[in-house]
Amino acid sequence: MSTPEKLLNLVFAVLLFFGVMGAILLLTQRLRSRNGERVQIAAFVGPSLLLVAVGLLYPAVTTIIQSFKNRALTEFVGLENYRAIFTDDSQLQVLRNTAIWVILTPVLATAIGLVYAVLIDKARFERFAKTLLFLPMAISLVGASIIWKFVYDYKATEQDQLGILNAILKSLGVDTYRFLLTEPWNTLFLIVIFIWVQAGFAMTLLSASIKAIPDEINEAARLDGASSLKMFRFITIPSIRPALIVVLTTISIATLKVFDIVRTSTGGNFGTSVLANEFYTQSFRAFQQGLGAALGTLIFVLVLPIVVYNIRQMRKLESR
Amino acid sequence: MTTTTPTIAPAQVEEPTGPPKSAAAAAHSTLTSRIGSGVALAIAVLWTIPTFGLLVSSFRPEGEVKTNGWWNAFANPSFTLDNYKAVITGSDVDLATYFVNSFVITIPSVLIPISLATLAAYAFAWMDFKGRHALFVAVFALQIVPIQVTMIPLLKLYVQPPLGLPQLAGANAVGGGFWTVWLSHSIFALPLAIYLMHNFMREVPRELIESARVDGAGHVQIFTRIMLPLLTPAIAAFGIFQFLWVWNDLLVALVFAGGNLDVSPLTVRLAALAGQRGEDWHLLSAGAFVSLIVPLIVFLAGQRYFVRGLLAGSVKG
Repeated sequence: MSTPEKLLNLVFAVLLFFGVMGAILLLTQRLRSRNGERVQIAAFVGPSLLLVAVGLLYPAVTTIIQSFKNRALTEFVGLENYRAIFTDDSQLQVLRNTAIWVILTPVLATAIGLVYAVLIDKARFERFAKTLLFLPMAISLVGASIIWKFVYDYKATEQDQLGILNAILKSLGVDTYRFLLTEPWNTLFLIVIFIWVQAGFAMTLLSASIKAIPDEINEAARLDGASSLKMFRFITIPSIRPALIVVLTTISIATLKVFDIVRTSTGGNFGTSVLANEFYTQSFRAFQQGLGAALGTLIFVLVLPIVVYNIRQMRKLESR
Repeated sequence: MTTTTPTIAPAQVEEPTGPPKSAAAAAHSTLTSRIGSGVALAIAVLWTIPTFGLLVSSFRPEGEVKTNGWWNAFANPSFTLDNYKAVITGSDVDLATYFVNSFVITIPSVLIPISLATLAAYAFAWMDFKGRHALFVAVFALQIVPIQVTMIPLLKLYVQPPLGLPQLAGANAVGGGFWTVWLSHSIFALPLAIYLMHNFMREVPRELIESARVDGAGHVQIFTRIMLPLLTPAIAAFGIFQFLWVWNDLLVALVFAGGNLDVSPLTVRLAALAGQRGEDWHLLSAGAFVSLIVPLIVFLAGQRYFVRGLLAGSVKG
């Protein structure tokens, strides 16, 4: 397709779309009767519900069913795929890696974001300082992986170094290190990339919630002679608890789905694969569709408790 | 709060309230604040250096990028735009096509879910119907279906659509693969978009809606005359959010553009570059910055809205 054709497609899609939306609004605006209002409601909610049902609900159900089928999805094999995940050595490693990712990333990203938010709160360069930490969010995970591949770059000790980390090691008189290839530590170095991306997100939310703490509470604590650390421990942390939980859960969900970093940095080789990457590899590269579906379902199962928790929070808020 | 940062913010040290501090307490707080600002500075530097290094590299001549570290560029400065030229127009790695693709993919993928979601969110927030709450919770819950799970079934639907609908992916597909990408991005964005828009709409005072109804305005008038103008910041917030997400996406494009390079966005090309030419740092670094520049502009221009959008979505949840 040539560029003008592509642009034509783009304009067509946008026009078609706003045409439909305009039609919904125009055609339903005269409806006032009770039945008319029903039609109006259906026109407002219908398209979204249809898309979500077709695009999310139906695939979720199908995938769960497929996870009990064989590699070509021709017959049911019961729990075979799940048994494979929990017994096969390379799959177990994937599970282990995923566990490490999900435990370390949210905790470290949140901790760094929190410390930074507290330290720069009301500082003169606050806005600028926040932008620095937040900027990686605007970079694609692919871009982030490239940036960090450069940081981690390996050359033999006697050569000139391109990667800053190995340059530092060399200047300290230590042998250079294959950050992305040496198992098992390479997983940790991949995690660092995702923490680098997510800390800004944590910082933004936590900073807003720190600013929402009433001044009187801080004043009272200071009058009582509380030190900075005590204030942090006994005033700041308890006050922003809800925000902390939200940040932790959001980053956990994002971590479970992490794909781009592993794909771009190591392709899942050298013992670094995680569930989301393994799902892609098995489904689209190895054509093990049943196993792939099982891996996908596993992500869903792991995320489920977090949804339930969120819905309960939402209910509480609505009933208030 | 202020006690932690006086070295960065001397203006804020003189608090009008509070008793005079003892010398020991003052010394103690100065010490902790010194350490505090040191830590903050260290984090800021650590967070900035990786990107900065790549930025410097992208302007260095190929020979130097490949033989010595980017920090040497300051001792012995020589900069060039050749890498950018090679990456943007070179026949080998022509990023310009992918750049166009990224735009063509992103714009409808932002506009479609926003318009659908504002309509649905309005209905959920201000129209009265049975099962409204349960439906809303269901839509919110679907946010958590991992994209990975949806891919194979969706792909099959696109290739072999039921009810004699036209094929959206595969050999006879219309639009050569863009439609599947647009549709998929829209679907994945809807639950969060509806949730965020709903939150913003509930903030509009009930009296405003009621008095409009008393004046004889229907839902469509209320939606277009009251909600849309009031919602402009929220729409901008989500628009930026969705823009960054779609622009930076790799997985959806990889799967639904089906490896068709003619419709693949920058990220797909970059990921391939990173795989094939792990050593061509001069091209990779320039390529990464070409893909970075648009989201960066969007992000910096709309930072205020973007942050607000994040807050409405999560802190309340």
